[in-house]
Amino acid sequence: MKLSNVLRLFTSILILSFGTSAIADTLSDTQARGHVRCGVSQGLPGFSNPDADGNWVGIDVDVCRAVAAAIFGKGGDEKVEYFPVSAKERFTKLTAGEYDILSRNTTWTLSRDAKIGLTFNGVNFYDGQGFMVPKALGVTSALELDGASVCVNTGTTTELNLADYFRANGMSYEPVVFEKADEVIAAYDSGRCDVHTTDKSGLAAQRTKLAQPDEHMVLGETISKEPLGPVTREGDEPWSDIVFWVLNALITWDELGLAGGDAVKSIVGDTSSTPEVKRILGVEGDTGGHLGLEKDWAYWALFEVGNYGEMYERHVGANTPLALARAGSPNAGWKDGGLLYAPPIR
Amino acid sequence: MEKKQIIEKRKPPIASIGTIGWIKGNLFSTWYNSLFTLLGIYILYSIIPPIVQWGIIDAVWSGEDRTVCEWYDENKVKYRAGACWLYIKVWFNFFSYGFYPDAEQWRVNLTFIILAISIALFFIPNFKKKHYIGIFLFVGYPIIAFFLLSGNETLGLHHIPTHKWGGAFLTLLLGGIGIVFALPLGIVLALGRRSQLPVVRALCIMFIEFWRGIPLITVLFFASVMFPLFVPQGVDIDTLLRCIVGLTIFGGAYMAEVVRGGLQALPKGQYEAAQAVGLGYWRMMGLIIMPQALRIVIPGIVNTFIGLFKDTTLVAIISLMDLLLAVFTSQANPDWMGFPFEGYIFIAMCYWIFCFSLSRYSLRVENKLMVAHQR
Amino acid sequence: MNVRTDIIKPPKQDIFQSGKFRSIVVQSIVMFLVVAFLGWIVSNTATNMKANGISHGFGFLSETSMFDIGYLPFIDHTAAHTYINAFFVGLLNTILVAVLGIFLATIIGFLVGVGRLSDNWLVSRFCGFYIEALRNIPLLLQIFFWYHAVLRILPRAKNSINFNDHFLLNLKGLFLSRPVPENGFNYLLLAGLFSIIVIIIIYLWSKKRQNLTGKQFPILYFSLAILIIPFVIISFIYNFPITLEQPVLKGFNFKGGIRLIPELVALLLALSLYTAAFIAENVRSGILAISKGQKEAASAVGLTQGQILRLIIIPQAMRVIIPPLTSQYLNLTKNSSLAVAIAYPDLVHVFAGTALMQTGQAVEILFMTMSVYLSLSLTISLLMNWYNSVMALKDR
Repeated sequence: MKLSNVLRLFTSILILSFGTSAIADTLSDTQARGHVRCGVSQGLPGFSNPDADGNWVGIDVDVCRAVAAAIFGKGGDEKVEYFPVSAKERFTKLTAGEYDILSRNTTWTLSRDAKIGLTFNGVNFYDGQGFMVPKALGVTSALELDGASVCVNTGTTTELNLADYFRANGMSYEPVVFEKADEVIAAYDSGRCDVHTTDKSGLAAQRTKLAQPDEHMVLGETISKEPLGPVTREGDEPWSDIVFWVLNALITWDELGLAGGDAVKSIVGDTSSTPEVKRILGVEGDTGGHLGLEKDWAYWALFEVGNYGEMYERHVGANTPLALARAGSPNAGWKDGGLLYAPPIR
Repeated sequence: MEKKQIIEKRKPPIASIGTIGWIKGNLFSTWYNSLFTLLGIYILYSIIPPIVQWGIIDAVWSGEDRTVCEWYDENKVKYRAGACWLYIKVWFNFFSYGFYPDAEQWRVNLTFIILAISIALFFIPNFKKKHYIGIFLFVGYPIIAFFLLSGNETLGLHHIPTHKWGGAFLTLLLGGIGIVFALPLGIVLALGRRSQLPVVRALCIMFIEFWRGIPLITVLFFASVMFPLFVPQGVDIDTLLRCIVGLTIFGGAYMAEVVRGGLQALPKGQYEAAQAVGLGYWRMMGLIIMPQALRIVIPGIVNTFIGLFKDTTLVAIISLMDLLLAVFTSQANPDWMGFPFEGYIFIAMCYWIFCFSLSRYSLRVENKLMVAHQR
Repeated sequence: MNVRTDIIKPPKQDIFQSGKFRSIVVQSIVMFLVVAFLGWIVSNTATNMKANGISHGFGFLSETSMFDIGYLPFIDHTAAHTYINAFFVGLLNTILVAVLGIFLATIIGFLVGVGRLSDNWLVSRFCGFYIEALRNIPLLLQIFFWYHAVLRILPRAKNSINFNDHFLLNLKGLFLSRPVPENGFNYLLLAGLFSIIVIIIIYLWSKKRQNLTGKQFPILYFSLAILIIPFVIISFIYNFPITLEQPVLKGFNFKGGIRLIPELVALLLALSLYTAAFIAENVRSGILAISKGQKEAASAVGLTQGQILRLIIIPQAMRVIIPPLTSQYLNLTKNSSLAVAIAYPDLVHVFAGTALMQTGQAVEILFMTMSVYLSLSLTISLLMNWYNSVMALKDR
């Protein structure tokens, strides 16, 4: 394309790179600052949402809390500063260094990983995109949605999956694209759109916000794979390693069946523990040293936040408004037929 | 001889004076005026009673939660009273301060009380030391306000990060900063645009026209997305600060054009007289030209400020919790969803009262100047 | 005569004291500082982009966009089209809302401005209330008000507000019938073109005649006749070669006809009503600026009220009105970018929004977006300056 060549020439002139950057050291910056900076969503129940007292809660928030506990030890889970961001701004603000972890129901994709300068550090929730429609429409399958108006959030993989799905099935649709999840829900609720689409966990969460939740249903189809996980900047491997291994420590605790809080206290002194447990607790060996952390990093993450299963049940599980059963879902452990599988901590 | 007799004074015909005369002259002077009047009366009749009914007579002013505004009977049929002003009452603190902690809100109040007192002093007609107040407002006050609002541990004030600032407080802050920084920038740019030095002039023209030519929203995107790329790595500029810089530059470019208008309106004699008594450029500008030029453009400055103040609502688009976004956020709360009109009316009233009184002030100054000019 | 030339010598000037030298030094310093500052920014940007692995260049424009756009009145866009196509879609949507907005705002603004000066007390108060209410409330709030509060209480598609099946209003927008050209439509076009040429010729001829003899020619009635008669004749011959395509509810949405989506309607309403309040004030002050003597002189030579307004007041008032009108048009165009707040797919929403998000190339995209607005501003300024020079007082 000719125009783009001219423009490219222009930017190359514009961007003369002099010198290279110093390697950023997020861990020591964080330790000096005394708290972890964490980008979260502006309010998605179950993932990150302020509660009535203004505290952030949710499965995404817990990842940040666990990282902070691993770094700062006892009581460290409180040492987090939260930055609510829109889907659109989340990556630019991360790469700009406004916060150091983006834990905001963010889907791991190739282009994000390779193109935008991001590193994805494992998965804390396996999701998939679905459709919600009013029961009154009488639609039972997503394949009956030809010609519908679909409300969707901008700057998400959801928008792209939607395009793919309708194109693959030879259907037409009218996308109505909003910046904020609240606007999407409001537009759907008022009838501006016939269909609301986002990750199924999001649909479950947002259905509770509708005027008459019983009048709406989520269609059976899951049209995409949405592995959601914490994101860090590319180029700071030590920091990315910490985030990755803290998340996987929580999953490992779940595999080992060790609960957090007071339950884990009794195990520390227990000499009969398996070598694996001792190693992860930091009683034997020094896994923390390789990460630049204290020996007992994984212990404090578990103590303050709990294992993955506890985290899940607390925020999105069967007893929450979202009511997403873990058993049988991809978010079950690998021994139970799920997809959660932590690499060995040794 | 004809007897001169004073004819008794007669009253003007009843149809041309008094209420009837006024009505005839102003409402029914021609057939189409009568038509307009009847139409207008019909519109008033069909609009005002329902609004009064909804907004005042049926409105809910107090209570505990939304069930006093909206309730369901056993058949799940929704009933609704008039306007739910209770909603505004419940959220009033949030609308005023955003997430600023309750225990620290006195700091915000104090900041605004200091401002109010200094402005009041500034407008007392016989107060002599006005320039000190002016200097305080533009130099000392921003520093005091910064420490009060943001906090400083050595002063014993807890640090409140800017992402907790919000509501009407943030709106006023953005507007206030807009004027405190944009006006000086505007003056500098206006002087630059009228400079004798071609390079300076060209640069100022380019700068002014660039910022005036693009929408504020792109300036704010620019500030939120591109500023971080412009500074060296590791330097991290607060989102609010970036936004303020964007607003200041944007407002400054508009101010520059207003100030330039004032500079052009001054007769050449003023410049020549100043030079004749041997004043240099800066003293000429500072002592002779600027005081006069700024006085003529006070209405323009106030109008630009009103525009800038209204435009601060755009920061809601880049997720700063100003008054507009605070109200919107409250409406996303499942407990209080469904009262958009009340919210809109509340915001509209806040802005309207502020902007309307400012515009009246500017009109008064304008008329005063016009009288002085004609003398 | 002996003229002494050596008495008055120019004083020896120190080169460092001379004004010219100083101005060069000052300018060089300013230039250097500006260039150094820009260089610093560019180098920081380059370093940061490299460190964060952000790709750069305009190559992304020819890549597939992968996303759809909801409102495409002009050119097509699907996920298979490129980013540059999305850019043009956004640009056209921006221009659409700007042009319609300017058109509506001008009409409403002139009506309200003239109404503000009406001798009818009620009308003048109404207009005054309109002006003061609308221009003191932020535009963004007004957009939200129309979109979220007013247009959301419309009925759903099945229960549309329906006028004669040609005009339907519901939550999904405003649907109008679309005129479709049929066999013989070309003749109609031709006739229209012919009529316009004839009218121009008559107009020129009558003007010349009026200058020479002072006799007036009823141009208006003749023009109307010339326009309408051939139209009626051809319509009869070809059995009215335009049909109306009605919007019909099919499945989820209406098919056929012209559709204005609610986002566009809300944006248009807010933009034009808001800007009209400012235009009304400009119009009012423009008319007030005409001295009373003009009006009195005109009625003294026997012109009617309508003629005074049309021939004396408006042409003079326009000279005062045009410059502020220009800046209102510019404001409206720039304010149309607030579309991003509701879901109208304009340039900022589509390109500086979705495309920026998908590619992450903020520098290039914002650069292009800003350039577009700068060029739009420049174009409007140029057009209005040209119009201004046409209308300006012709000094002999």
